Amino acid sequence: MSADTIHPEPGETRRDFLYLTAAAMGVVGTGVTLWPFIDSMNPAADTLALSTVEVDLAPVEVGQAITVTWRGKPVFIRHRTAEEIDAADKVEVAALRDPETDAMRVKKAEWLVMIGICTHLGCVPLGQKKGENKGEFGGWFCPCHGSQYDTSGRIRKGPAPKNLEVPKYEFLSDTHIRIG
Amino acid sequence: MKRVSGLLLATCLAFSGPVFAADVSGKASAAGEQSIAADAAPAGEAPAAGGEESTLQAGASESAAEGDVPAAVESPAASHEAGGHVPAMKWSFDGPFGTYDRASLQRGFQVYTQVCSACHSMNRLSYRNLTALGYSEAEVKAIAASHNVQDGPNDEGEMFDRPGLPSDHFVSPFPNVKAAAAANNGAAPPDLSLMAKARHGGASYIYGILTGYAEPPAGQTLLPGQHWNAVMPGNVIAMPQPIQDGQVAYEDGSPQTVDQYAKDVAAFLTWAAEPHMEDRKRTGLKALIFLLVFSGIMYGVKKKIWRDIHH
Amino acid sequence: MASGPRAEFSNPVVNWIDERLPVFTLVKREYGVFPTPKNFNYFWNFGAIAMVMLVTMILTGIFLAMNYAPNATLAFGSVEHIMRDVNWGWMIRYLHMNGASFFFLAVYIHIFRGMYYGSYKKPRELLWILGVLIYLLMMATAFMGYTLPWSQMGGWAATVITNLFSAIPLVGNALVSLLWGGFSVDNPTLNRFFALHYLLPFVIFGVVFVHVWALHVSGSNNPLGIDVKGPQDTVPFHPYYTMKDTFGLCVFLMVYVAVSFFAPNMLAHPDHFVEFDPMKTPPHIVPEWYFLPFYAILRSITFGVNAYVGAGLAVLAAAMIPLYCRKLDLDAWLGRMIGIAAAGGAIFMLGYLSQYEKSSGGHMLSLPLAEIVAVNAKFGGVLAMFGAVAILFVLPWLDTHPVRSARFRPAFRAALLLLVVDFFVLGYLGAQVPTNMLTIIGQLCTAYYFGFFLVILPFLSRKEVALPLPASINDAVMQQNVRGA
Repeated sequence: MSADTIHPEPGETRRDFLYLTAAAMGVVGTGVTLWPFIDSMNPAADTLALSTVEVDLAPVEVGQAITVTWRGKPVFIRHRTAEEIDAADKVEVAALRDPETDAMRVKKAEWLVMIGICTHLGCVPLGQKKGENKGEFGGWFCPCHGSQYDTSGRIRKGPAPKNLEVPKYEFLSDTHIRIG
Repeated sequence: MKRVSGLLLATCLAFSGPVFAADVSGKASAAGEQSIAADAAPAGEAPAAGGEESTLQAGASESAAEGDVPAAVESPAASHEAGGHVPAMKWSFDGPFGTYDRASLQRGFQVYTQVCSACHSMNRLSYRNLTALGYSEAEVKAIAASHNVQDGPNDEGEMFDRPGLPSDHFVSPFPNVKAAAAANNGAAPPDLSLMAKARHGGASYIYGILTGYAEPPAGQTLLPGQHWNAVMPGNVIAMPQPIQDGQVAYEDGSPQTVDQYAKDVAAFLTWAAEPHMEDRKRTGLKALIFLLVFSGIMYGVKKKIWRDIHH
Repeated sequence: MASGPRAEFSNPVVNWIDERLPVFTLVKREYGVFPTPKNFNYFWNFGAIAMVMLVTMILTGIFLAMNYAPNATLAFGSVEHIMRDVNWGWMIRYLHMNGASFFFLAVYIHIFRGMYYGSYKKPRELLWILGVLIYLLMMATAFMGYTLPWSQMGGWAATVITNLFSAIPLVGNALVSLLWGGFSVDNPTLNRFFALHYLLPFVIFGVVFVHVWALHVSGSNNPLGIDVKGPQDTVPFHPYYTMKDTFGLCVFLMVYVAVSFFAPNMLAHPDHFVEFDPMKTPPHIVPEWYFLPFYAILRSITFGVNAYVGAGLAVLAAAMIPLYCRKLDLDAWLGRMIGIAAAGGAIFMLGYLSQYEKSSGGHMLSLPLAEIVAVNAKFGGVLAMFGAVAILFVLPWLDTHPVRSARFRPAFRAALLLLVVDFFVLGYLGAQVPTNMLTIIGQLCTAYYFGFFLVILPFLSRKEVALPLPASINDAVMQQNVRGA
């Protein structure tokens, strides 16, 4: 700084306050300006609009399963038979790799809703369609590395660490769910 | 230097002055005739008056393709300002503090749905956008579901129809532009999503068009499919008067007149073109106030720092 | 950038970095203590403002590019997607759209400062040339950016401007096809315009770096146009000009924000909101305001170079030889120059009138061989338009008067201010439908534009007697005897 400006005087505190305020406003202004740019990278309104999907369950008969797409991912919805529900309840939970009771994974026992992505390395397991390999436990079988899920979608055999994920969903009526 | 420029100017004027003077005054009346001729076939919403307009357009686009910069003679530009007079209107959304009148927007949407959507698409809008008008989620769902949307292919490989969802875009009355044109005398009714920004005068222009229908003045004959409109540039429009008094039943007791319908539709279309206008003005005000204060402070800082420098 | 002695910093981290890469020393030297004339007025703010606008354009542009689709079927829709669905997309788009205008505004004021105060003269000739290069790159970037929304205005502007290159003899059509990547402005054109539009701002950034480097070699000019004599004439750049520039920037930003948020479509044409239809030309193809003067110059060449025009121009050029040839005594030749110029002007007018089309048909003057044209009007227009920008490159050699600042050169000041008015008139004309009267006015304005650079400046370089200069900046400031621009 040139010699002209460096001389102490009583007004210095006021001057410093001015500089401090200016600097603070500059920083705040820059931050407030930058935030919208970062926020523009968040999902846009049309993407958010597709963040929930409603499914009509009425056409799905007992023993039948459908796959819907939600947020770009497959969602398995199986209308379970009494035997399948029974088999799921009888399993010893403590011995499971990822211990969860069947009740923790469903809202209504006959409807099982899960994200159809194997928790090992992301393949889509088989078992939705008639005639597909359902594995030893009557649920789903992942052909990539042999993970096997039971009638509650829990991992029983193979390399996957966790049960098939249950997404957030709610029953809008007895036959209507909204996923997401 | 003055001598050089003076002599040059004098020489040029001596040669050309009288000649130009004669030519320019002669041209004035010719220019007048020219613009009237151009008025009859504007490159706008008038239908093809036989093959004449398409030739005019082809001529214009051809010359543009050859790289000639458009000149007065070739383009129908003379009609651009002639004939149309946008009425001076006051809108609730005018000015830096203007906002939309949601009741008016809802009425405008109602008029669009019941009258305009028969011919005009608004395919940049989605049904979920209507929550901004004050409709609830359930109402928006119902509005969307009242339209059929084509979806597919299904597992059989076929396209199918299903009720609309809020995430769907507004359903178009025609599958594509050519179908729209074919059903409307060769002139496709334009999409209205951006109409308030795509025309000089915006909402006032739209209001003017809808209320500007009248009989043509004496001596001007219209071809079949043409209508006379005070606001349309060139005064000739392909769209017949779209709405009459009492055509749409308003539930809030607003007057069911063409004047009111036009105001509501114009407001609705302005919102459709600029749904974020209120956000924009609010953010702008905040930014401006911040900058005002910050400028004041920076001015103080500058003054303080420079105080002891002679400059 | 010779590295001088390294500065010492109290912060150990800063010191560690600086020992290995002396960036902090560099910043302290070039933006901290850098001695800057203390008599700057606010015209000197606009270089920094332009820099901020460049950064703003790059920032907003990158975030737009995250959502934009450079494909002919998707582009318009993707811009609407940005406006409607992307969080704050409408703001980023409006800031980018209006930012271009404000970038050009800042640069035009910055150029005016350079011309008025003689900042292009020795030793800053290269600095000036780099600046003109930046201006040219800006024009290319802006032109391509305007076509990206794939609107009626954008697509047709691209058609008209790329078609200009077909005027070039022999290679014209092949060149246009190369630019288009096809037989008309279509998807390949859009794709490459997007790629280049993304690239050029970074090229501009590089040239700006060199531009500032060149400035720091010579040091800044100042309103008096006289050299710095010692430390009594300067202040360190920080905090004097960092803070003053920040203040000026805030005022500029207020105007930018006011337009972007309250009148964002003020400078836009309604046809910008209609999708591109290659079958339908809009009635009024208008470039953005910052191109209008050059567009007017392009349109003012309504005649080709036939024998008379060519001869007239040659004679006029010959008349100017004593202006450029220092060996000749200008005073002795002045009389003859005027005579020859008058003759040249008359012959030129013959050629002009022999091609001037009357409203009733036919030419104003019928002369033998007038139809044979070496350079047609279209090509002439293209040459004039690019020439109007190119002439800026050689300004340091057209105006060689030893005094820099217009404050001390009343004749130069008057001629320059008239040029500014001329530029505005040309800008206005560029937006109008060209009637005969307006075309003639445009031609006179074009004549003055080129006359200013090619005739007036060299003449004044030799003949103008400047006002007496102050001894130093400090002296002038102390005496306060310099009032007004």
